[in-house]
Amino acid sequence: MIFFQQVINGLMLGCTYVLVALGYTLIFGLLRMIHMAHGEVLMIGGYVALVIIAYLHGNLFLAMLGAIAVTALLGITIYAASIRYVEKGGHLSPLVSTIGIAIVLQEIFTKLFTGEKIAFPQTLVFKNIQVGGLSFNTVQIFIIVLSFAVMFVLYRILKGTMIGKSIRAVSENTETARLLGIRVSWIVVITFALASVLAGIAGVLVGIAYHSIYPLMGIEIGLKGLAIIIIGGMGNVVGAMFSGLLVGLMEVFSVAYISSSYKDAFTFGLMVLILIWKPEGLFGSVTEKR
Amino acid sequence: MISPYTESILIFIGINTILAYSFYIPMTTNQISGGQGAFMGIGAYFSAAMTVNYHIPFPVALVVSGLMAGGVGVLVGFPALRIRGLYLVIMTLGFAEVVRVFFLTSEYFGAAYGFSKIQELTTMTNVAVVLGLIIFVVYRLERSYLGRALEAIKENDLAAETLGVNITKLKVLMFGFGAMVAGLGGALYAHYALFIDSNNFGFHRSIEMVIFAIFGGVTSIWGPPVGAAILTLFPEVLRFIQEWRMVFYGLLMILMMTFRPQGLVTKHMFKDVLSRRGRQEVGDPA
Repeated sequence: MIFFQQVINGLMLGCTYVLVALGYTLIFGLLRMIHMAHGEVLMIGGYVALVIIAYLHGNLFLAMLGAIAVTALLGITIYAASIRYVEKGGHLSPLVSTIGIAIVLQEIFTKLFTGEKIAFPQTLVFKNIQVGGLSFNTVQIFIIVLSFAVMFVLYRILKGTMIGKSIRAVSENTETARLLGIRVSWIVVITFALASVLAGIAGVLVGIAYHSIYPLMGIEIGLKGLAIIIIGGMGNVVGAMFSGLLVGLMEVFSVAYISSSYKDAFTFGLMVLILIWKPEGLFGSVTEKR
Repeated sequence: MISPYTESILIFIGINTILAYSFYIPMTTNQISGGQGAFMGIGAYFSAAMTVNYHIPFPVALVVSGLMAGGVGVLVGFPALRIRGLYLVIMTLGFAEVVRVFFLTSEYFGAAYGFSKIQELTTMTNVAVVLGLIIFVVYRLERSYLGRALEAIKENDLAAETLGVNITKLKVLMFGFGAMVAGLGGALYAHYALFIDSNNFGFHRSIEMVIFAIFGGVTSIWGPPVGAAILTLFPEVLRFIQEWRMVFYGLLMILMMTFRPQGLVTKHMFKDVLSRRGRQEVGDPA
């Protein structure tokens, strides 16, 4: 069943996209800005896991924890260094300053690990499983299950906890939230940590899924994440989840049935069409002026 | 005479200034484009195809490819009317990726191997002529009736519309003009680099153009040349730390946005300095 294989591959790719897109969407919801170094956070998550497994001989669990801790701190550092003091300068200033951070991080990692792709150590047991003619492997299951678990946890945090409710309140209206006694500056810091952790986990998953990582991988996946939040609707968490999976499936199918070089054109073409036809996104509602 | 090294730096400053203007021009109506690299690519590829495959004289190829990029710009400008701010940045970014994939897969333009065997036809003279014309047109435009309409759109487009400014026409016009300028820059670039491939016109190139303009300042016509000149010279001056120059470049962008987000040159800067008037007094009717 080649078709079923493609569906699994598409879901696997889509899951990593979703995790990246969720980070963008959380940050956009709060600050109405695009965090252009978000893809680099993903890249660093991947490298942290690689260092822990390959050089410190840790296992995958430790690698994941390490990636989470480092990316959370990195997210807060990026916020403090390039966003906190430029926020008021309109749309463009945080865009440019986070691109600055992205360039710095890409360069540092290119110097440390060369610009080439390096192999990501495989620690998961690779085993094919057959269920009634359908076959899939343990790596695919691990990635899809873990991603959905992370998405579920995030959904619960946003819906059920005080921090999550505060994040949503600040997204809806910063001033009102402040008047209601929410420490907006803390919520922003927490959101950056949360969004960065999602990207960090995605980075580790990309390493596991595609067996290699490279310093510029953040740009490629980061741009896809941007396309996904446009397709799903900016600031819309559920929209990001659905459109991430949609784009993952679409790309895998276009590679399988059309040509590998067109997959980016499909994603970005869809995004441009959505912007023209329905600028609020597939899952968005008209609430603000675009 | 100047050395070939100096000449190449001057040509690159010229081309980069043209590219910075291509971002500055739509910006005069508050349209932020993150995809000017695409228009540059259109100008570069089509001019190269014209001079290499059809032996069309360079000036003709230059003008035609600029007009083509401008035409595509108008087509993109119409849907872009509905979208503003960050959404427009992302839309143009996405459009640029689609264009890049087009050149990457188009056999006629060499696909992944790129387009080579381009003649060296770009000289300091023709860069200076193109740049001079662009500055002249923008300068005259900003001081005309249209220029005041543009300023009104930049301040508040709804208010401008109620005052009878045709914002649709002006926004599309300026977007197309910006695209044309990017196309001209691309054509000059192609005939100096002699080899182009789709990666020359990707995300990095678009962002570079944004940075040149923003660094110099987008409120004054003299911002783009200042930004492009400093940022083109910067890596040359920093040769002694060549290894880490990109890191410095990134840090510079962060510092700039933190301490002077309006760019190096602002609209009334020269006037203020010349008349020794304080910042608060500008615009004071008394």
